[in-house]
Amino acid sequence: MMTMLGGEPFLLVSKQEQQNYPLYIRSVPSDSELKFHYTVHTSLDVVEEKVSAVGKVIVDQRELYLGLLYPTEDYKVYGYVTNSKVKFVIVVDSSNTSLRDNEIRSMFRKLHNSFTDVMCNPFYNPGDPIQSKVFDSMVSSMMVQTC
Amino acid sequence: MDRAAGAAPGGTFMCMSEKEQRRYSGLYTLCQADSSGKLAPGKVGELFRASQLPADTLHQIAELCGAKQLGYFGTGQFYVALKLLAAAQAGLPVRLESIKNELPLPRFSDMKEEAESHFHNHSQNSETQSHHFGLPLDSTPRAMTDRRGFRRQESSAEKKEPWSPPRSPCGSPPASPPSSHGCSLGTQRNGAEAHAAQMPGGSGWVHAQLETSSPSHSGNKPHPEHTSVGAPVERPGEQDAGMVDYADDPWRITEEQREYYTHQFKSLQPNLGALILGSVAKNFFTKSKLPILELSHIWELSDVDRDGALTLTEFCIAFHLIVARKNGYPLPETLPLTLLPRFLEKDAAPSRTANEDVFFAMSLAQQKKDPPLTEKTEPLIFFGETEPGLRLQNETDHQMHLSVMTLSKQDLREEPSKSVFSPKRIQVTTVQDKPPVHRSTEKPDPPPELDPHVRSRTRPRSYSSASIEEAMKKTEEPPTPPPRPQKTHSRASSLDLNKLFQQSGQGLKSGHLLPPPALPPRPMATQIPHFISGTDKSSQKAVQQPNFADFSKFQEEEENAIQAEEQNREDAGPLRTPPQKPVRRKYRTESQVLDSLQPFPSPSHPLTGSKPPQKLSSRQKKEIQTAIRKNKETNAVLTRLNSELQQQLKEVHQERVNLESQLEVLRPVAFL
Repeated sequence: MMTMLGGEPFLLVSKQEQQNYPLYIRSVPSDSELKFHYTVHTSLDVVEEKVSAVGKVIVDQRELYLGLLYPTEDYKVYGYVTNSKVKFVIVVDSSNTSLRDNEIRSMFRKLHNSFTDVMCNPFYNPGDPIQSKVFDSMVSSMMVQTC
Repeated sequence: MDRAAGAAPGGTFMCMSEKEQRRYSGLYTLCQADSSGKLAPGKVGELFRASQLPADTLHQIAELCGAKQLGYFGTGQFYVALKLLAAAQAGLPVRLESIKNELPLPRFSDMKEEAESHFHNHSQNSETQSHHFGLPLDSTPRAMTDRRGFRRQESSAEKKEPWSPPRSPCGSPPASPPSSHGCSLGTQRNGAEAHAAQMPGGSGWVHAQLETSSPSHSGNKPHPEHTSVGAPVERPGEQDAGMVDYADDPWRITEEQREYYTHQFKSLQPNLGALILGSVAKNFFTKSKLPILELSHIWELSDVDRDGALTLTEFCIAFHLIVARKNGYPLPETLPLTLLPRFLEKDAAPSRTANEDVFFAMSLAQQKKDPPLTEKTEPLIFFGETEPGLRLQNETDHQMHLSVMTLSKQDLREEPSKSVFSPKRIQVTTVQDKPPVHRSTEKPDPPPELDPHVRSRTRPRSYSSASIEEAMKKTEEPPTPPPRPQKTHSRASSLDLNKLFQQSGQGLKSGHLLPPPALPPRPMATQIPHFISGTDKSSQKAVQQPNFADFSKFQEEEENAIQAEEQNREDAGPLRTPPQKPVRRKYRTESQVLDSLQPFPSPSHPLTGSKPPQKLSSRQKKEIQTAIRKNKETNAVLTRLNSELQQQLKEVHQERVNLESQLEVLRPVAFL
């Protein structure tokens, strides 16, 4: 599962399949990171719920994008799941109203593309934490954009 | 160190050739344990043993050179001993007399020779020996001077020793590589030495500056299988060539490297056009013993199409990065310019011309500034020749040119626009697109960053980015010849004009640029008065001058009155040929003169016609005729110019009318 906390904070974590351990976590402000970790973990339940609820054979982009998982106090959580059951979660600060659905979608799309690039690397073992610099730079640029 | 001569114990003077001197001094430093001038007997002994001579011969040599008497090996003794070794190896008896002749260098096992290359004396080396002679391995001057090898020898002497122990495990590698890679380089190696040599060799061909750093570095990372597979092909033989071939750029792939990479590619995937799968590549590159993280990063850099497989180009990039990394270079964040697939694919043809190097070298960025700058002036000259529809736009372009004559970003803006404006100007654009490449060489990031930049600029102009990219790609070809000649081809209509302009000199251009009023240099003054309404008298006088020169001889024979008439008549003659309007004007203003001439032309003509044959030589006639021809040509040029300017004037008038009408429309509103 990858989670990304956006708005002010951005966090990116990727988890996989049943294990649901994070492959990648990233947040912009270093403070309150723990809170985002917690948020991400709790949002996993919602993701699972949505994924199981879908239950369709055909999986397309729209279904990959789970949309707003749930809005909490001051932030919103967006989810996205890939075909290989890798989950992306973005947590965005609610005060950041400029972020529209389309933008979130595009962010997820970019994440997914970068993630596939990382996967294509034969030196990357699926399940390892993602250490790709290219991926890092992509995430940073995305976070900077939204901030 | 006494290089000049070795003093034999008997006092015989011994001359040594230059290469002998070098070799011997090198060996001397090898064996030198302390600075007292004495050689460590242990090392000397090892050296002697390495010469593969029988023990008693060695004893003889030692005796002869006087070491036994002295109890140590001094410089002279050492040199004599070396010479005796050479003699013994050559089959001569160990006598002092035998060393007075020219001898080949003494051969020591596992040492590369300048004169000979052998494969014998393999595998008998102990590690203790090897680490002495390991360094001569990469010190053998192949193609290059001995001195370089010698220097390398000395510099890396100490460094070799510390890492000799790690090399012992390297003794395992498959025996196939040395044989398979047809050691045409003729290097002596045994198994253990192969790797030791490969590493410094491998470093050698990356960059000459790696001389000192690489041996130590590569010593820390022995990778027997990787290098053995890659084998001895490049290495020390190449290192010298590599030093010469390389610009200061370690990120450039030389020809040898490219061949090597291609060879490796073939070993993994016989079809050069096919891809190497990720897993195959992974196994291969893992042998290089780089950390997985770095390999992963290298993969990300080199797999530009992100397909999880490597083409030949991508493979070369990856391999090159690995080699560079192994030699201590930090991995770049993005691909260096010279490692871009575009560059490499273009470079796939074996000959990397100097032009390409020049073209892409950052040092030439400045040079690139000049052609484009001069290029900018050309559109100004072509101002009059653009098609009507584009003229106005070009005008704005030219104005921009006039205003910003620097290699600023505006150039980029203008170039793409121009590139699409007139298809005819393709050649011009190729030159003008040099600044984009120039900029890309300036910027740390490669051209891909430039593409979106240029593209974004040109979007408002609604041109496809393809044209810009094409233009960009054109610039990557070997540089086109200097821009100047091309301006003759950029517009068909301008061809003659341009030539004529050039013939007529700079004056016309300046006169053209600063329309009518300024009087251009004299030759054209004859014609330009057509356009100028005023100062006809002065122009008339100016007109008279060239004709005066033409008819100098002719006039001398005539009376002054007739001379003036002749001049005027001659002037009127060519003047009659251009279109009616200017002539009419001329007649109008110079009515007095011409009217007076009117009755004269016919009588004076036969008059002049009759007189000249008697007095004028054919030479003078020819002069006159050439002058007439020239004047007619310039006339034609100017009339054409005139017509085009007239057209422009019309358009400007039209514009003015439009603007005025608009103003009229608005004015009542303002009043209200």
